[in-house]
Amino acid sequence: MNSENSEAGESRERGGDVIVETVARLMVPFIQLFALYVIIHGAGGPGGGFQGGVIFAASFVLLVIAFGIVNAGDRFPEAVNTAFFSLGVYIYAGVGLLCIIMGFLYFGVPDAQYLNYGFIPLTAHFEENRALGMDLVEIGIGITVMAVITSIFFNLVWKRESEEGGEEG
Amino acid sequence: MIPSLDLVLLFLIVVIALVAITVRDLLSAIMLLCAYSFLMAMVWVEMHSVDVAFTEAAVGAGATTAFLIAALSRTVRWEKK
Repeated sequence: MNSENSEAGESRERGGDVIVETVARLMVPFIQLFALYVIIHGAGGPGGGFQGGVIFAASFVLLVIAFGIVNAGDRFPEAVNTAFFSLGVYIYAGVGLLCIIMGFLYFGVPDAQYLNYGFIPLTAHFEENRALGMDLVEIGIGITVMAVITSIFFNLVWKRESEEGGEEG
Repeated sequence: MIPSLDLVLLFLIVVIALVAITVRDLLSAIMLLCAYSFLMAMVWVEMHSVDVAFTEAAVGAGATTAFLIAALSRTVRWEKK
């Protein structure tokens, strides 16, 4: 391979620059807080589960860039990512099915609709139920998008041991 | 909407797109596509669709650039003639 890649390999082993690591360590909590704000705020303004999930994944991408794939890859195993993106889909589908079941129980067949959040009996008011159900669905979307984008990035930058030996030989 | 600002932004977008498909350095092409996405986000804000601008800035300028650089790290930087 060319010289850039071997240079990147050395810095990956060393663990990167002090300034980059410090700035990343300072920035990541704020990026994640902003991502959560975007997810929660998505019902009433610009933003939403998809954008918040992408911003959350961007914080992990920043961690990977700053601390190197070896350190970060131990903290986000592939199995945990798979569990997370299943969990998000299950939250989305579960809230939708809960709407059907609750609508069927309380209002009969014609009102039972998928993802009609007002029927979830979280509070006494229909509108508040709708807002809370929308937030639940947004959280599910955010978890899925976060896990999928992190997984794609890891699979792109990850160099497995056998592959690395083959490329450099 | 401000017509002169729109004209400047659209002109810059066309120039950046043309340079991005002609340049031989692939890292420069990725950076130019990042700038393209950011300018597109500005155009969306100009069109009062902040939600689309948000998605464009987060996905186009953030995630896609990181993906393309990650993909570039697996191959060579310069395009062959």
